[in-house]
Amino acid sequence: MPDNVLEIRDLVVEYHTDDAHIYAVNGVSLNVKKGETIGLVGETGAGKTTIAKSILRILQSPPAKICSGSIMFDGADLMKLSEKEMQHIRGNKIAMIFQDPMTALNPIETVGFQIEEAIRLHNKISRVEAVRRACEMLEMVGIPAERYKEYPHQFSGGMKQRVVIAMALACKPMLLLADEPTTALDVTIQAQVLEMMNDLKTKLNTSVILITHDLGVVANMCDSVAVVYAGEIVEYGTAEDIFDRTAHPYTVGLFNSLPRLNTTERRLKPIKGLMLDPTIKPPGCRFSDRCPEATEKCCKQPPPDVEVSPGHIVKCWLRGGSN
Amino acid sequence: MPPLLEVKNLKKYFNTKGGMLHAVDDISFTLDAGKTLGVVGESGCGKTTLGRTILHLLDVTSGQILFEGKDITYPKKKELMKLREDMQIIFQDPYSSLDPRQSVKETIMEPLLIQGKLSKAECEKKAKELMDTVGLAARFENAYPHELDGGRRQRIGIARALALGPKFIVCDEPVSALDVSIQAQIINLLLDLQESLGIAYMFVTHDLSVVKYISNDIMVMYLGQMVEKASSDELFANPIHPYTQALLSAIPIPDIHNKTKRIILKGELTSPINPKPGCRFRPRCIYATEECEQPQVLTEPLPNHFVACCKCSELLNNRRNTQ
Repeated sequence: MPDNVLEIRDLVVEYHTDDAHIYAVNGVSLNVKKGETIGLVGETGAGKTTIAKSILRILQSPPAKICSGSIMFDGADLMKLSEKEMQHIRGNKIAMIFQDPMTALNPIETVGFQIEEAIRLHNKISRVEAVRRACEMLEMVGIPAERYKEYPHQFSGGMKQRVVIAMALACKPMLLLADEPTTALDVTIQAQVLEMMNDLKTKLNTSVILITHDLGVVANMCDSVAVVYAGEIVEYGTAEDIFDRTAHPYTVGLFNSLPRLNTTERRLKPIKGLMLDPTIKPPGCRFSDRCPEATEKCCKQPPPDVEVSPGHIVKCWLRGGSN
Repeated sequence: MPPLLEVKNLKKYFNTKGGMLHAVDDISFTLDAGKTLGVVGESGCGKTTLGRTILHLLDVTSGQILFEGKDITYPKKKELMKLREDMQIIFQDPYSSLDPRQSVKETIMEPLLIQGKLSKAECEKKAKELMDTVGLAARFENAYPHELDGGRRQRIGIARALALGPKFIVCDEPVSALDVSIQAQIINLLLDLQESLGIAYMFVTHDLSVVKYISNDIMVMYLGQMVEKASSDELFANPIHPYTQALLSAIPIPDIHNKTKRIILKGELTSPINPKPGCRFRPRCIYATEECEQPQVLTEPLPNHFVACCKCSELLNNRRNTQ
């Protein structure tokens, strides 16, 4: 337990709008170990970003409401901290990289200033010292320090994402939340950024929660993986568990949907149907209406978390007792 | 019999403030009926412009386009109207390519009404048939785009493209905006339609696993130029151009045991405005020498495998020696 940086217990988040209650996160529990990269994988609307934003408590409320759950970080429950205490954590001990580098930067400040600002907010140091550290950060992500005084529009997409990463790592956070950090980038640039993130992570021993829908990125980056469907973690395990001993029918479906480079099969096997309407709270398994193996029990009773092998947990009726 | 589509030395330049932007620079290829040509490259390499220029959504700067052996480079208005029946496009973003104020039925009927060959009642009947073809339930006929999810919206876009019974469709990143499970459904639909209707596709994408899956031939573009073209299997088994090699190695493979060494490219795309003569990939290429400052010619080092690189025989020999 002491080597866990973050422990989420039974997190429930709902969005309350005039028309409906949206059940975004439905009882998620997750541990993040020190220095570990954990992948949160799932499709649009599965609740991945909501989980990350709950950790930092930056969900817009209303409409969002964290209904229950605890998030233990650094000996304190983040849910119980005051706004002031949270400000000390945000950007300092926990930092976040947002999906779109084009909108994450302030267009009317220089990139150097934006990094320096983060450093000065959290450290009592002189301006000169902050500038020096900001320059160091820029160099670390592969941008020459001479570009300190340039504005975001003078950078390309990949370079902007490097700036965002430099900003996030400026205070040497214990935990980094990376929300689709490379989705907006081209593959060759994505490869550059991922390699750089891996290097920096090892150098700073930061834990990373990597949110992505790309199983290829997960295979390259993650030690463990949590597969999210309709606001629940349906499968959790090490990367080997998920990729080699795939157990949950949804995860199986995800892998089958991917066009593979190494097979010659001429037809993909998509998961039938669409993602569950998040305003519905079904009595049974949330995946049951799309699941090819669903039984009557699946539709009626919520599935248990089954530990199919040590540390490999599957939320499914059909995997109980086996192995 | 002439090929369905033949493009000869096609150029599309844009006059910008900074100078002449060479978006498509001297591209030639042929496409047979019922086949698929994949066009891959990073954002900004001109692949979308190529598709749009062939369809005359943009004017040709120079070169020649032949459709069923007939020169259609500079069509008259009437000819263009006729061409629209044969050539259609599916756009990338199903969110912005549909009129938010037209219902599903109206959207699909519109091309039929414009052509004015059928009465309104016949158009409606045809629209319903098309909805059935692309797997849209009849109950959605009066729905508006905002009521539908991305996968269904893309089905509308496909039905609209099919309405006039085209022989050739440009698919401009048709699945990039979709989740993997939905992406697989749409790819299967496109393959089914090709089989039953014999349509030829030009499939423009940056996603290399999708392109391998769907294409007969693949063309790799870099800054407006074709750098390599071969059959899908050949290109993936035997990439010769240094850019293709880097591009293929950068694909994140969803398999944790695949630890092939990535070729990480330095730098990013250079500007396509007033490019210098010679190989445009030169600034990022590890093999570049003075020789590369000469204009590159397309050669055929292996049967039906075209490469624009003066080093290609050298690269091939190196590979043979290491194998």
